[in-house]
Amino acid sequence: MEDIKIDKKLDIRGQVCPYTLVRSKLGVESIEVGQVIEILLDYPEAADSIPKAMLNYGHSVLKVEKINPGEWIVQVRKEVED
Amino acid sequence: MEFTEEQLKRYSRHIILPEVGGKGQKKISEAKVLLVGAGGLGCPVGYYLAAAGVGTIAIVDNDKVELSNLQRQIAHSVKTLDMHKADSAKQTFEALNPDVNVIAVKERLHSKNILALFKDYDIIVDGTDNFPTRYLINDACVMLKKPLVSGAILRFEGQVTTILPGDGPCYRCLFEEPPPAGLVPSCQEAGVLGVLPGVIGALQATEVLKLIIGKGKPLKGNLLIYDALGVNFRKVKIPKNEDCPICGKNPSIKELTDLSEEYCSI
Repeated sequence: MEDIKIDKKLDIRGQVCPYTLVRSKLGVESIEVGQVIEILLDYPEAADSIPKAMLNYGHSVLKVEKINPGEWIVQVRKEVED
Repeated sequence: MEFTEEQLKRYSRHIILPEVGGKGQKKISEAKVLLVGAGGLGCPVGYYLAAAGVGTIAIVDNDKVELSNLQRQIAHSVKTLDMHKADSAKQTFEALNPDVNVIAVKERLHSKNILALFKDYDIIVDGTDNFPTRYLINDACVMLKKPLVSGAILRFEGQVTTILPGDGPCYRCLFEEPPPAGLVPSCQEAGVLGVLPGVIGALQATEVLKLIIGKGKPLKGNLLIYDALGVNFRKVKIPKNEDCPICGKNPSIKELTDLSEEYCSI
């Protein structure tokens, strides 16, 4: 499987809703269309809500993976301008 | 824009909106809006713009707070009676949001000071209660090409329109001249439901924020009329008048003049 090139990493561990989304949204705003951001989070609800929100914004969710107990990474490719 | 922890929390509901986001919030924080009047309309407009984080808000009003204002002018209070409305509103808005720079202008608008007062602002909000000032504001905005969000209220009815000079009609396209003094009653003579300016002011503030972030359709070329008793919103088209004395092809008004003082102002 081809490795995905990550353009930016964002660590939002310790953040809860809605700030998980606020920071993820600002993270996506800071990259260019076509680039990929990897978000590291530990708020369980956000592992579900962030991918959904990113799809609603029109971006692609490339991966949602539980990497440790209570920690997830979400990879998002920016598809549309803000 | 780098947000502080506090700003990130304060504006979180804006930032997660796709139409606003961090970029839109930055535009809001850089915007400079001037309110004419800190009365029924100016209070809610300023209150919501301050809450939204509009960077600079100027309030032009030379009146002082009276007890009869408090039925609808929500930025003032019994603690600010006899204080200049501009100072009273500044105090309220800054207490709500210290990010906002509120400038109190305790002057009466007239043809000699209006252009200098307006020139540094991005958007003008008309919350006046009299026709001479309303026409003066319209003419100044056309001359300076400043967007104008105009509101008016009486009894149970209010109206809003957005004027973008050079892109649609102005107030004089709708009514070329103000009505004769005494024909249209003032709120002082006819009354106004206290909540009505809240509805109309909130619509004006919405128009201002849309203009700042550049999203949605501005209410240009239309007069939105709200009838509280019948619960109706009507949008009436305003055609652009090619012969308009201020924004038409051959404008006859080339400089600003002050209209008669016969009009009362509250």
